[in-house]
Amino acid sequence: MSITRIYGLFLRHFYLITRSFPRILDLVYWPSIQITLWGFISNFFATHTTYYNNAVGVILTCAILYDFLFRTSIGFNMLFLEEIWSRNFTNLFIAPMRIGEILTSLVITALIRSLIGLVPAILLTSPLFGISILDLGIFLFFLFLSLYIFGITLGILVSSGLLRFGPSFENIAWSTMFLLAPFGCIYYPIETLPEIFQKIAYILPLVYIFEEARNILINQTVNIQNVYYAFMWNAFYFSLSIVLFYYSFNAAKNKGTLINMGE
Amino acid sequence: MKNLIEVQNIKKNYGNKEAVKGISFNVEEDEILGLLGPNGSGKTTTIGMLLGLLKPTSGQIFINNLKLEENRIQILEMINFISPYIELPKKLTVKQNLYVYSKLYKVRNIKERIEYLSEKLRIGELLNSITGELSSGQKNRVSLAKALVNEPKVLLLDEPTASLDPEVGDFVRTFLEDYKKEKKISILLASHNMNEVTRLCKSVLMMKNGEIIDKGKPKDLITKHGRTNLEEVFLKLSRSKSEYN
Repeated sequence: MSITRIYGLFLRHFYLITRSFPRILDLVYWPSIQITLWGFISNFFATHTTYYNNAVGVILTCAILYDFLFRTSIGFNMLFLEEIWSRNFTNLFIAPMRIGEILTSLVITALIRSLIGLVPAILLTSPLFGISILDLGIFLFFLFLSLYIFGITLGILVSSGLLRFGPSFENIAWSTMFLLAPFGCIYYPIETLPEIFQKIAYILPLVYIFEEARNILINQTVNIQNVYYAFMWNAFYFSLSIVLFYYSFNAAKNKGTLINMGE
Repeated sequence: MKNLIEVQNIKKNYGNKEAVKGISFNVEEDEILGLLGPNGSGKTTTIGMLLGLLKPTSGQIFINNLKLEENRIQILEMINFISPYIELPKKLTVKQNLYVYSKLYKVRNIKERIEYLSEKLRIGELLNSITGELSSGQKNRVSLAKALVNEPKVLLLDEPTASLDPEVGDFVRTFLEDYKKEKKISILLASHNMNEVTRLCKSVLMMKNGEIIDKGKPKDLITKHGRTNLEEVFLKLSRSKSEYN
């Protein structure tokens, strides 16, 4: 692993972001809008339902967590798609970069992109709704870490698809999070899902993360098992995504996708 | 002279289609070898395999005596590529692009390297310009600067002067001649510009349907085929086989 090369690829995206005000605005705008919207919905439910009684910030907190996941995953995909759109893909893959270096650089850049959007959104919740996500305490870090790993995992899986099938896979890149969202039990307990959907939900880390966030906020207790299961499933899917990425890279070398990417 | 590129019987199949059918050739140090052939003859596939972007179905490639399959990163550090079909990130300035690629190639003394290339390629005034806003001639020189940022021993050029006006085209060709002479690098040049190939290349390979159908020095090929220039040789070779097929 070369820090210089990882830093080099990070710089490529850092320059891109810092050179374009619309790009920065785009990173900040959507999370802030999302949080504001869910803040008002949250306020409404908190005063009109018994489930969320005395837990005004539950929906809002889950919205922030989900948005972080969404931004991380989409952010990673965007970094990959940027190379395809700018027809720079071949240049990148003929540079002496190891796959691990490319992934590491994109993982760091995706985190920074997500934080650019997340921090203003979190700051907004306090003056607007009197809520602080920090109420989740030290476990907030573990929940964010879990979401970050899963977001990156989805990003790597989609990028594997882009490597293997080329730009035609782009539409899938945009839809993955929407496909998984219902199974993530972001805004409702898992019991809300039909039984067959519950079985699917239980093999995803998301349900454990969001169940735990609600558990901490509503019951003021911590179920460490949820955190553990989330990390366990994350480790499984993350390893799978890395294996699949290497497989797709080799498949792309056989099929010729790397040389025709962007055409 | 030492061979910097050694290609040994490489084949590339896409399913049942044979894109490259077992070709072999060498490129010596301080040599420009032309790779000619009609569209679909296997030139890009061959270049793709030399860059490690494509895995040969069989055969071996050595760059500077290192086997590509086993030393991909080491080889990519000493090789570079330019093609009109790939571009640098458009939103970055020229300087940022050169800086990023210097980092990716772990170039030491980045500032000096960029200054050297800026002077040689006359892009000094463009360093703070947005890459996507440059003319084709300027973009071409910037891409060439990127391709030379790592001081490659081997340079692969795919139609390096396509879409350039005669003045810029001539500048690029002169630059390549001088640079090769100065640095003793090997260049593999795929081009459809026969005058360019005649001027730059010591010898050429003629490809068609994934095979090398002829090779030699441009002048020798012209004499051998009884033509007056390389373009006529190219036309004869690319048409003749299909007439008999």
